[in-house]
Amino acid sequence: MTAVSVQGVRKVFNAGRNDEVVALSDVDLTVESGQFVSLIGPSGCGKSTLLRLIADLTAPTAGSVTVAGKPARRARLDQEYGIAFQQAGLFDWRTVRRNVELPLELRKIPRQRRRERADEMLALVGLSDFAAHYPAQLSGGMQQRVAIARALAVHPKLLLMDEPFGALDEMTRERLQAELLAVCAKTETSTVFVTHSIPEAVFLSDLVVVMSARPGRITDVIPVDLGPRTEATRQSAGFFTAVTKVRKALRGTPTAVTADT
Amino acid sequence: MRWLRTVFPPLLVGIVGLGLWEISVKVGRIAPFILPAPSAIGEQFWLDREVVWRAGLASGANALVGLAFGAAAAVLAALVAARVRLLAEVSVPVAALLNALPIIALAPILNNMFESTSSIPRRVVVGIVVFFPVFVNTLRGLREIQPVHRELMDSYAASGWTVARLVRLPGALPFLFTGLRQASSLAVIAAVVSEYFGGLQDGLGSRITSAAAFTAYPRAWAYVVGACLLGLLFYLVTLVAERLSMPWRSP
Ligand SMILES: Nc1ncnc2c1ncn2[C@@H]1O[C@H](COP(=O)(O)OP(=O)(O)OP(=O)(O)O)[C@@H](O)[C@H]1O
Ligand SMILES: [Mg+2]
Repeated sequence: MTAVSVQGVRKVFNAGRNDEVVALSDVDLTVESGQFVSLIGPSGCGKSTLLRLIADLTAPTAGSVTVAGKPARRARLDQEYGIAFQQAGLFDWRTVRRNVELPLELRKIPRQRRRERADEMLALVGLSDFAAHYPAQLSGGMQQRVAIARALAVHPKLLLMDEPFGALDEMTRERLQAELLAVCAKTETSTVFVTHSIPEAVFLSDLVVVMSARPGRITDVIPVDLGPRTEATRQSAGFFTAVTKVRKALRGTPTAVTADT
Repeated sequence: MRWLRTVFPPLLVGIVGLGLWEISVKVGRIAPFILPAPSAIGEQFWLDREVVWRAGLASGANALVGLAFGAAAAVLAALVAARVRLLAEVSVPVAALLNALPIIALAPILNNMFESTSSIPRRVVVGIVVFFPVFVNTLRGLREIQPVHRELMDSYAASGWTVARLVRLPGALPFLFTGLRQASSLAVIAAVVSEYFGGLQDGLGSRITSAAAFTAYPRAWAYVVGACLLGLLFYLVTLVAERLSMPWRSP
């Protein structure tokens, strides 16, 4: 089964005006069920736009997007995915716990279950002690972790994440990377993950998609096969090889892409 | 300490002002029939305290009922206007136009429409006066939604009314209270002034006009002070309600 299929997608903002932007052109991408795919590329190359297209928060100018075997719109209405944006986007007037509960509330999950799930997710991101706080009382990185907990709370089949770890310190970041992989493996979640960090992309992904700007397009798709990840993975030779490969691809140096590392 | 620092300066200015006023009247700079000395007003206030209290209660009730109904109607209207884009664009200029009409001038007409023992005309005037600031502010708050919040709710496939209830309405609360703060003072003014034009004569407004008619200026001023205190009370209660209903805003 394919989780996401993007075919011949083009996205133009402000078409026909003098501030016209070709955000994406000729984009094809397939995410197999259970796969972890990272999008990496320079700022403004259309990573967030591609994620929004998959989430059906914006419509493609041309081409088609299929999620869980359905048109993206149908998939959104069926709430097939969980999403975390580049900004945390928490609701000021809800406590941390109630923020995490919101998607569960909208899925009519009973109060007791909602609360348990929210507490479980907050424990996962290390914020159990802040459940009763309001977002304004949290640091930016903590708010981002709440947003991650909120996206994970529904146990979605497909997880869309836009630089979720960008605002975190290195230690928290590595811990959450491991937690995220564990959660995704346990629930067989497919993930599309936007990042600016090459090591992060390599550590997390089965597939690293390298993009370039003006017009935004996919220049390389690099499979990473490092087996189940552990902390030792970060020191392994295969890891460094993959990092180098992605870095070269980002620099635009042509690389011979092989299936393994 | 912080409390003291916010209360002390205006208190000082008030006391100094009252002192200067008293001296100006006492040394004959201002004729007492134009502006009585604060001590004379204070004395009269104390003598008439029971009547001031009763008249204040009557005016306060009118202001409160009018404020409650006017504000509720304004919030409902804003909710509907925010849902229908065309309505939102049309309603603000229309509301502004209505607001530009001297609403108080409606008082004599309304007074004639009801029995002379009815409190309804004054309450209707208050309701109409209150409507505009609450409506305009709430509508602005309802229409202001962060793009990331809208996208998030879209990703949950939430319906328009769900978004209104869970996101727009709580997000509009600070705006609603800005409107209510303006409205609470206006409500008292409207309740008092609408009595100048006939109708039931049991509030502060009628006391002021009758005292002035008998050239009993200190007494007229005593009721004006009563009206000030009532306005202040309404304003403070609104502030407290604002604090209580938005716990996430207080530190
Ligand atoms: N709503 C919009 N209207 C007009 N232009 C837009 C809009 N959204 C994105 N763009 C443009 O599309 C291009 C891609 O933007 P996008 O946000 O997808 O980049 P990105 O790869 O996510 O960048 P970053 O790494 O900085 O987050 C940019 O040139 C941007 O200016
Ligand atoms: Mg982005």
